[in-house]
Amino acid sequence: MIEVEDLTKSYGSVTAVDHVSFSVNKGEILGFLGPNGAGKTTTMRVLTGFMPATSGTARVAGFDVFNDSIEVRRRIGYLPEAPPLYPDMSVESYLGFVARIKGMPEDKLPNAVDEAMRKTNITDRRHELIKRLSRGYKQRVGLAQALVHDPDVIILDEPTVGLDPKQIIEVRHLIKGLAGSHTIILSTHILPEVSMTCDRVVIINKGKIVAVDTPERLTTQLKGGQRVRIEAVAPEAPLREALASVAGAERVQVEPQREGRVTATVEAQQGKDIRSAVAAKVVEKGWPLLELRGVSLSLEEIFLQLTTDDSAHAQPN
Amino acid sequence: MRSTYAIFRKEMGHYFVSPVAYIILAVFLLLSGFFFHVILSDMMQQQMQSQFQGMQMGFPAEFDVPSQTMRNFFGWISFFLLFLTPMLTMGVYAEERKRGTMELLMTSPISEGQIVIGKFLASLTLLIIMLVPTLFYQVFMYFHSEPMPPWRVMFAGYLGAVLLGASLMALGSFISSLTENQLIAAVLTFAAFLVVWVIDIGHSVGGGWGTVFSYLSIIRNYEDFTRGVIDTSSLVYYASFIFLFMFLTVRTVDSMRWRRA
Repeated sequence: MIEVEDLTKSYGSVTAVDHVSFSVNKGEILGFLGPNGAGKTTTMRVLTGFMPATSGTARVAGFDVFNDSIEVRRRIGYLPEAPPLYPDMSVESYLGFVARIKGMPEDKLPNAVDEAMRKTNITDRRHELIKRLSRGYKQRVGLAQALVHDPDVIILDEPTVGLDPKQIIEVRHLIKGLAGSHTIILSTHILPEVSMTCDRVVIINKGKIVAVDTPERLTTQLKGGQRVRIEAVAPEAPLREALASVAGAERVQVEPQREGRVTATVEAQQGKDIRSAVAAKVVEKGWPLLELRGVSLSLEEIFLQLTTDDSAHAQPN
Repeated sequence: MRSTYAIFRKEMGHYFVSPVAYIILAVFLLLSGFFFHVILSDMMQQQMQSQFQGMQMGFPAEFDVPSQTMRNFFGWISFFLLFLTPMLTMGVYAEERKRGTMELLMTSPISEGQIVIGKFLASLTLLIIMLVPTLFYQVFMYFHSEPMPPWRVMFAGYLGAVLLGASLMALGSFISSLTENQLIAAVLTFAAFLVVWVIDIGHSVGGGWGTVFSYLSIIRNYEDFTRGVIDTSSLVYYASFIFLFMFLTVRTVDSMRWRRA
């Protein structure tokens, strides 16, 4: 349904998207994962025909996004990061307007608007002015706008940003429900979001694709083992030795701090809880243990790991 | 065509759900009504004076009150348009850019030209809605005037006002498309209006350039209309003015695709 080949987009000297290639099959949900400024929005804007690529090609439903831009735009529903709403319009008239400029025939229009409102659960606010709606409702109107003309492809830029947990679950549910009949690309920087909704994930960083895989494989690969961070008053080298001898410990990093304090991070083997063993070891040596906590890999670290993989391994443990 | 109409309808809705259009309409009608009254009274007084003088000299002077009133009245109309149009056009594109709705329009299967034409037609319609109630003053005057003066003056005057207003709207919309900030758009628009208004000052340099400057003045071309003269060169002037700025607007809207937003 969507084929992106060697896509590059530069703004002057800044390259936002750098030789990116991927494809999305019909009915699939593709997650676009990356930190802010990774090039997610730029890629989406090229796909929606909003801006042309610097080089490379992108095709949606067989149409080139640059040469057959109008045909592509007819087949795409797009929710930008900030929902493009007219505050002075009512929900219903806004959706009617969007359906009209998307080229929907007048006789099918009322049904399509009703259907989009039903899917996004906003029918009860149809006559309300958009400016009077809450953040969550506005986001849903934005979603309704993206699917009102029943497009083949739906592109959602961070669709759950700013919603409360209950709304987030609803929106994810809605997106899953749309798959099959629609091909969906959604971007996010929330890791669990991808594993819950997407069939496949593209991880992008600094404009380059770092990994393409199913969420299951990526999360097991990325989460790695448990990590324990401690702070103690101890000599550096003996502490490192002691921690490395803890059963199940894989990697130890020790950093000296001021006044004889030391912080250390211990990485455990897959599926092992080493917290009590680490605490026992430090106490056994008679070093005052000031802090101990489990650390989960943040997205930034995952990216760091993915993008600077080689150098990380080269570091002495 | 349908998309253009959709844009047009959305714009008209936008003008009339916010109080902006109502306030500007009210101010315009209040000012034009008041000045019409003042001008008419003044012209009638002048006529009486000239008749009185004429009788003393022995030959009655001709003084065409409706035509003189009309001429002055349309002069004031142009002045009001100069002040009010920037407020109507400042948001046309700037607001869409700020709200992010420009992205919606530009990822829809419509061309930049359709967007620009739809928006221009909406502002033109608003202009006509502004001018129509003032027709009542003229019709009132015409029916109480003896003998009835030619309707041609009135027709030409309104044609001129519409053309002048449409030109200002086209220029104002273009400036609005250059920025995301409505206030900046309004100030720049007003400044640009003043430039095309007073450019015939350049007339004083004389020679070929002087003629060029005086031809470029938006108000020079308007004065013929207020005298009841429909000059082809003025028609061409306004048509090219409107076309030029609509074309430039299409180009700036298109250029948004190439910029880092």
